[in-house]
Amino acid sequence: MSVSMRLLGYVLHDVARSRWILATAAFFLLATDALLRFGTGGAASVLAIGSLVLLVVPLVSILFGTIYLHHAREFTALLLAHPVTRRQLFVAQIAGMALPMTLAIMTGIALPFAVHGLPQGATPASLGTVLGLAGALAFVFLALAAMVAVWFEDRVTGLATAVGLWLLFTVIHDGAVLLVILMFSDYPLEPAVLGLMVANPVDLARVLLLVQFDASALMGYTGAVLQRTLTGSSGTLLAIGALTAWVAAPSLWAWQLFRRKDL
Amino acid sequence: MIRFEGIRKAFGVREILRGVDLEVRRGRVLALVGPNAAGKTTLIKSLLGLTRIDQGVISLDGAPVDARGAYRARIGYMPQIADFPENLTGAHLLDMLTAIRRSTGPLDDELLEAFDLAPHLGQRFRVLSGGTRQRLNAVMAFRFRPDVLILDEPTAGLDPVGSGILKDKIRRARNEGATVMITSHILSELEELADDVAFLLDGTVRYAGGLPELKRRTHQSTLERAIAHLMLAEVAA
Repeated sequence: MSVSMRLLGYVLHDVARSRWILATAAFFLLATDALLRFGTGGAASVLAIGSLVLLVVPLVSILFGTIYLHHAREFTALLLAHPVTRRQLFVAQIAGMALPMTLAIMTGIALPFAVHGLPQGATPASLGTVLGLAGALAFVFLALAAMVAVWFEDRVTGLATAVGLWLLFTVIHDGAVLLVILMFSDYPLEPAVLGLMVANPVDLARVLLLVQFDASALMGYTGAVLQRTLTGSSGTLLAIGALTAWVAAPSLWAWQLFRRKDL
Repeated sequence: MIRFEGIRKAFGVREILRGVDLEVRRGRVLALVGPNAAGKTTLIKSLLGLTRIDQGVISLDGAPVDARGAYRARIGYMPQIADFPENLTGAHLLDMLTAIRRSTGPLDDELLEAFDLAPHLGQRFRVLSGGTRQRLNAVMAFRFRPDVLILDEPTAGLDPVGSGILKDKIRRARNEGATVMITSHILSELEELADDVAFLLDGTVRYAGGLPELKRRTHQSTLERAIAHLMLAEVAA
């Protein structure tokens, strides 16, 4: 077995026992179960879970990632004093955080569906979209967390930045888009809004969700505009491509910081 | 033999190492001494590749150290602070390190037994005391029979019994041919162990040589007084 796989094994062992992972799984389990039991039923309950995913997965992922990596700093240095390369450890840490987190979220959502069955009117594809988006958002925000944790030595500053990024992507960005649209309502805004959407992974996920559910009105202003612009497969492909870039870019940036960092 | 040549390192505008030249000879214990912020830990970490130096060459038996880090299989390192993942156990960690190092030779578990750590190996780090963690830290440095030992304040956090056990172990390792670099703020402790002394001040080596020569040159009877003499001379100069 390679050194990377062994390192991954230990990170998995450590992360899987973390309270964050257990709490995340429990949260999605309870929330999904409650929505299926007491919700209005039909496609709307899957959509409601989707909205919850858009809000909670980024927050939990970026907080957990930042805290975990900051906490592991001394141990990271200790491991790198052994014949381990930074690349091996970096890959192991990112994958070791992302896999259990994704698994916890997906299990938490999927298990109640397995028990209660799919509600009338909801398609397996729509549930699959929600699960896929949950996984993608977890990866994106763990990659951002890696960037924050490597960049900021100080734990409190790191944590504040993590919360700030979450607010930016889930709340502030959409507000700013709305403002732009109100201010420039006399101009054709679709290309600009498209650009703004690509700049926000949560918006991208939101668009993919609303394309699936055909429910633009529920999903914020960018969503509403984009559904008009981009219904159909080209929009979906664009969003998936951009979301992939959102995993790759922060990961690579974090790696560039980490390889030069003084530990 | 470890050789540092012209090592420079700045953190932002703060120059920590300003051209360090130093040799640690095989089979000797070198005590690295100097006031706080003199650059002792930075120098040690640059040997391990943890700190990326701005300039200079570090070599181990003539081969410059590289980023791939295979040379670190020869090094046993005890950092100042030992912080371990809270959900792992000591046993798990020791197994993992053995696997990472692909260590196939006989392990050195002398310290494990001397510290009587066996009952704690099954417990998660979260419940272990600071002293126990530091003992495990020491065990890990010696376990793979490295021929280079880098010990940064090794006895900090150990009780007198533990500290005595560790010092005996360091001496034994040296007698078996290990090259040792050690820092400590307790100079009397270094005096027991050191063959050579390097005095680091403001990022350069102000004295490097044998401990007896240092005492002779400064006309002092102990390492502590000799270093105090050097520091006062610096202030006067």
